[in-house]
Amino acid sequence: MSGLIALFKRDLSVAFQQRSELMQPILFFVLVVSLFPLGVGPESAILQKMGPGVIWVAAILSSLLGMERLFKDDFQDGSLEQIILSGMSLPAVALIKVLVHWLTSIFPLILLSPLWALFLYLSEPMYWALVWTLLLGTPILSLIGAIAVGLTVGLNKGGVLLALLLLPMFIPVLIFATAAVESASLDLAYNGQLAIIGAMFLFSLALAPFAIAYALRVSQT
Amino acid sequence: MWVNQLSITKRDRVLFDNLTFSVDAGQLLYIKGPNGAGKTSLLRVLAGLSAANSGDVIMNSTNMSSSEASPSHTPSVSNTVYFGHKLGINSMLSPVENLQFWCQCSEITVTKNQIYDVLAKLSLVGLEDVPVSNLSAGQQRRTALARFWLQPNASLWIMDEPFTALDVEGVSVLSEHIHQFLCKGGAVIMTSHQSLDIAYPTTELQLEYRH
Repeated sequence: MSGLIALFKRDLSVAFQQRSELMQPILFFVLVVSLFPLGVGPESAILQKMGPGVIWVAAILSSLLGMERLFKDDFQDGSLEQIILSGMSLPAVALIKVLVHWLTSIFPLILLSPLWALFLYLSEPMYWALVWTLLLGTPILSLIGAIAVGLTVGLNKGGVLLALLLLPMFIPVLIFATAAVESASLDLAYNGQLAIIGAMFLFSLALAPFAIAYALRVSQT
Repeated sequence: MWVNQLSITKRDRVLFDNLTFSVDAGQLLYIKGPNGAGKTSLLRVLAGLSAANSGDVIMNSTNMSSSEASPSHTPSVSNTVYFGHKLGINSMLSPVENLQFWCQCSEITVTKNQIYDVLAKLSLVGLEDVPVSNLSAGQQRRTALARFWLQPNASLWIMDEPFTALDVEGVSVLSEHIHQFLCKGGAVIMTSHQSLDIAYPTTELQLEYRH
């Protein structure tokens, strides 16, 4: 257990030392979302209709940007070997690494979200629906993404393959998330969609760590 | 450790097959062979990092490489210290931070002062808190080698080319440390292209390059 806490602290401190890489997904996200109103025009009705979709697509793409780094450094410098040999539970290690990745590259996006709500004329119910879908939905992106990252970490150029593997997997989350926000915009209940996203989250939380651990073991062969 | 009829194939090339040997406490096994003969692959299998195509590696009566082992199953290897080609050192962090992290992962309790002492033995005084990326290749390897000083319960050291990039003084410090460990009843499996300068009976295993 102390090893896992040490891993959590180490990963956080390494992430904060690589500031430019830390900022990259956040900056990408802010740029995409703030360029949209300029490109489409300031009509509130159109922006409000597109807003949730734009934010979710930007969130998915920016999470893909930072995803590749998840295991890359540890694989290349051999830390992963030592972690595997240390006897720590590998699924728990995987979960910690995903948690740190989510905290450093996706959670800031959610913190910034009141700003985009203003950019895209989201009404208050839409805003809250968006925050809920992001909170429940983005961990799914990190968990499922980490499986693919684990599988491609041994390849030198896994980036394109990663995007091809992952985008189809992210589509269900995208559909239910935008549907939830759309219901909110009509003042309808959206807990059905949230429940489905929550179920997907719990399902991936339960199974993904084992798949990631398996992928990491395979990467050593 | 007992190795029975081990075979490893890489990219359709048989590195070796039906390799059988054993390593007992207090034994130094020195694996020789040209580049590409499979020394590193063999060490990785012995350490439990990768799986062999067939055969068994039995350590303290647990089978580490049986093909039925579940992938999430981590072999109990806390009494083995592995030093490979990749150092396992994060270049953003300092030597002390790296070693503290490694000790915490391996559930070894050390104080910061013990780590400073070990680093001093390896002539890294003054560099303890500098990010590893600022150190030279030899100093980075010394940092990684410090693990052999920090794991007190180890019974087996697996060392892949430990002397590479070390200066004369570094080689003698490490040889001396290996010698002490062997005398205390530890077992060492190592590869090296240099000739060994350890006054201790050595078992040699010669691997050949197969086409």
